[in-house]
Amino acid sequence: MLRIPCPLCGERDYTEFRYGGDARKRRPSHGLPDLKVWHDYVFLFDNVKGPHREFWQHVVGCRQWLVVERNTATNRVEASGLARVVLATREDATL
Amino acid sequence: MTSASYRLSAGGRIDRSRRIGFLLDGEAMSGFAGDTLASALLANGVRVVGRSFKYHRPRGFVSAGIEEPNGLFTLGKGGRSEPNVAGTVTELTEGLVARRQNAWPSVEFDLRAAYAFAAPLLTAGFYYKTFMGPTRGAWMFYERFIRRAAGLGQGVHQRDPDRYETRHAFADVLVIGAGPAGVAAGLTAARAGARVVIAEQDSLLGGSLLLETVASPVEEWRREVEAELESLAHVTILRRTIALGVYDGGTVALVERRNPARPDPGAGAARQVMITLRARAIVYATGASERPIVFANNDRPGVMLATAVRSYLNRFAVALGKTAVVVTNNDSAYGTAFDLARHGVFVTVADHRDTIDSALGAKARALGIEQLCGATVIDVLGGKAVNGVVIARAVDGSGAQRRSCDLVCMSGGWSPLVHLTSHGGIKPRYRADIAAFVPDRYAAGQFGAGSLTGSLTLAAAINEGVETGRRAAAHAGHDAPASTLSTPRLETTGCSVETVWRLPHRHPDKAFVDFQNDVTVKDLTIAHQEGYESVEHLKRYTTLGMGTDQGKTSNINAAAMMALLKGEQIPAVGTTTFRPPFMPVSLGALAGRCVGNHFKPTRRSPLHDWHLAHGGELIQAGPWLRAWWYRWAGPTAQVAYIEEMRLVRTAVGLADASTLGKIDVQGPDAAEFLGRIYVNNFANLPVGKSRYGVMLSDDGTVFDDGSTTRLAATRYFMTTTTAQAGEVMSWLEFLLQTAWTDLRVSVTSVSDEWAAMAVAGPQARAALELALPDTDVSNARLPYMGCVETELNGVPVRLIRLSFSGELAYEVYVPADYAVALWEHVLAAAAPLGIKPFGLEAVASLRIEKGHVAGLELDHRNTLDDLGLGRMASKDKPYIGRELLQRPMLRGPERWGLVGIECLEPGKSLRGGSILFAATDKVAGHGRGYVTSVTWSTELKKFIALGLYQGGLTHSGEEIVCAFPLKGEVVRARLVSPMFIDPKGERLRA
Repeated sequence: MLRIPCPLCGERDYTEFRYGGDARKRRPSHGLPDLKVWHDYVFLFDNVKGPHREFWQHVVGCRQWLVVERNTATNRVEASGLARVVLATREDATL
Repeated sequence: MTSASYRLSAGGRIDRSRRIGFLLDGEAMSGFAGDTLASALLANGVRVVGRSFKYHRPRGFVSAGIEEPNGLFTLGKGGRSEPNVAGTVTELTEGLVARRQNAWPSVEFDLRAAYAFAAPLLTAGFYYKTFMGPTRGAWMFYERFIRRAAGLGQGVHQRDPDRYETRHAFADVLVIGAGPAGVAAGLTAARAGARVVIAEQDSLLGGSLLLETVASPVEEWRREVEAELESLAHVTILRRTIALGVYDGGTVALVERRNPARPDPGAGAARQVMITLRARAIVYATGASERPIVFANNDRPGVMLATAVRSYLNRFAVALGKTAVVVTNNDSAYGTAFDLARHGVFVTVADHRDTIDSALGAKARALGIEQLCGATVIDVLGGKAVNGVVIARAVDGSGAQRRSCDLVCMSGGWSPLVHLTSHGGIKPRYRADIAAFVPDRYAAGQFGAGSLTGSLTLAAAINEGVETGRRAAAHAGHDAPASTLSTPRLETTGCSVETVWRLPHRHPDKAFVDFQNDVTVKDLTIAHQEGYESVEHLKRYTTLGMGTDQGKTSNINAAAMMALLKGEQIPAVGTTTFRPPFMPVSLGALAGRCVGNHFKPTRRSPLHDWHLAHGGELIQAGPWLRAWWYRWAGPTAQVAYIEEMRLVRTAVGLADASTLGKIDVQGPDAAEFLGRIYVNNFANLPVGKSRYGVMLSDDGTVFDDGSTTRLAATRYFMTTTTAQAGEVMSWLEFLLQTAWTDLRVSVTSVSDEWAAMAVAGPQARAALELALPDTDVSNARLPYMGCVETELNGVPVRLIRLSFSGELAYEVYVPADYAVALWEHVLAAAAPLGIKPFGLEAVASLRIEKGHVAGLELDHRNTLDDLGLGRMASKDKPYIGRELLQRPMLRGPERWGLVGIECLEPGKSLRGGSILFAATDKVAGHGRGYVTSVTWSTELKKFIALGLYQGGLTHSGEEIVCAFPLKGEVVRARLVSPMFIDPKGERLRA
């Protein structure tokens, strides 16, 4: 089924990973005292049909969290990268 | 007729030098190597192979392949018994045990054939209509009998002793089907350098090529191609292998039937192997299946598909009759007519078409075949075997005349086996020129060739195979120039199909569309009249296509019949959705080796063997096997755990706590990190001290608890609950890698590195003094919540003074390899104090008496306040979950709170999960809370429990009721503080 290319370990079967949800959401700053911001971060997400960015952790391998681009309609994995790298190069959230 | 007269003396692909014995319904029979069960039975003159589903009509084989609807058998004995296996795809092996199904007392004389008299009551949808009265409850009365009468074969409850394997495989190009198109594709791809896997469900390669005699030029071509494929190292040929389904990413599930004779599981021989194969490119060459023609009594034994008759004749050397009628709407059936005639059978061809190809006509005349154009069969005579037909004009059924015959070969056209190509959701499209559904298009990297795509001639199939093989190899990165393969000459090169669908001229209630589920044209008519016209409704209302054959011989005919009834074209009717599995698959193959103890991985403590060797009874807790109770304490769990509790409360006990999650947290920002994830403060924890911590999820509910000890300024040792260890570890890694990348913290799981044991009881300190004489474990040096790192004979030992039981207690950590050594040492050194091991049941009971929350309370619905831990939350710093914890619904007085519960009725017990009501409440509905954990209290000598109750301890002292409606139990109890013993914690601080 799904094959996920881990940047450190190579292309591996999805059974070596655990899914971690929507990676487009940015975690609010720790302690941000805004109930609505936290509510939206925790409970709301777009159920996208098509290209999607999501978290997967290589639990049976290097234990790194990855940001994976997967098309939810075709279930094809287009790209993946280490979360610590991918998220660092994106604009910081304005929170 | 003796059996010898059905088997030809020469010809076929059977090996007459190897006779194989088998049993049918206990009677000994024989066949030859190369036979299927079907061909051997036909050679032995067995015509009636079962009774139909509803009406118990006698049935014979219809086909020679995977589409067989009638010839289903129960194979094997005892735990190996397998029902509903098609005899047409069962290789004959020595000692095979086969039983016919769905008849009593026998297939030849079946009393249940009396159901035929009830036939008018058993038409489509009968259970919604006929058995609905006279009262509302009447259906449930009838249902019992109907259910027992339903079904074909019987399953067994014995364990299957055979072994099933699982494999993973990879290929550049997977070719499904080894007919002419498939082998051409596989060879072409292999010649281009691709790694090729060819999967063929038969035991021989060749597909439709096997219909020709071994003397035909086609056979030579087949052998050459096979030889070349076998010679190539990068080609894997999987015979006896069915492709069940195609999934995302070019993943295909294949089941290989190994070892058709009884495999010896003791020698590691597998009966079936489930192969999950990932292919860069897939070529579907699955072929097409011949269609029956729908006319009255077309289900009689001796009415068969034309190619099936040809297969039995040319491949298995079985002659099925002396006088045959071939009824057809296309050219391919003439192959059967010619081969029968050459064997001396008198053949009449009833061809629906008014004119046929002149070359075919000439050849037919030369062979003495009677040809009737514009004619069809409208009825069949004979009960357990065909003895005649009624032939009439195809257009209107006029001019009926009887003919004697003992064999009817029908060919209603070809239905490509498109199933696998549409597993991904691509629906097939209808081609009116061949009256068939073909794949509309393919997913990227997937291709189709041969009769699957509607290319019904041999030359077209081979050429398509070559082209798709080249494209598939190129898609997988192996480019090669276009090439050709020689094509052998075939006798009947025509393929014209003229399909004018017609409703049967006679007895629509005996004109079968779906043989296996006994669905007739009358049923389709009723469905149409009652509005169940859409193909999805038609299927479910009539059960057409829902049998083990999944409509392989019925779907298209049904679509055509329904189109006629509605006055529409077939494409408007459409097909139902094809889903895996393509053929029935045994659960054993799906389970593979994951059976019994191997169903899930088992995790063991380093003290596992010790527990087993010393009277420890183990219990499964999640993936772990843990010591539950010990035999020194009693003969049963109920008795032993109480003894173990008593020991801990009065002297000292030793428990295995190695399953706890343990995480090493270190770095300059470690204190900051812990302060963010825990609700309480860890930055001000002194070195050498431990603290109980609770962490919340982002939504404000309690996630996990544990104790974290500060080993150095920038190093902490965290413990988690056993159940959540993995979750917590992933959570910490998630935060550090995706959100707080600026924090300089390393987290490492050390759960497997450290064994842990609890020394608990009033004599615990004395026990440690005996076990570790060179270590100062006094109250001054090792106070409550303190930590001392020491060693014993050079082995590091970490002592953390924590208590789960509520007694004076210590958690003792040692590297896992030394677990047994330290455990035995402690038991020996502290023996004078009466120390003994205690198990999980006692551990759980002790903590309930103490009022400690654990897994049963931490169910992710509860907040800190619910569990009485609200005061732990720091007011000076933010922590995960603080914000959403402010939600009003998590804070109101209506929230439940942790309570203790005392049973007021001696002789009765409390039960976990009981629903709680106030004494004055009516015992109905959701109640005010529930019981989370229960135990017998050795101190209070009654049953006690922890629970959650609306309003919590504001109701302390009130009488309540614990109800367990599933068992009709209602017990009176009282709400009390959850700290049943030592509320001031004096024992902890001793």
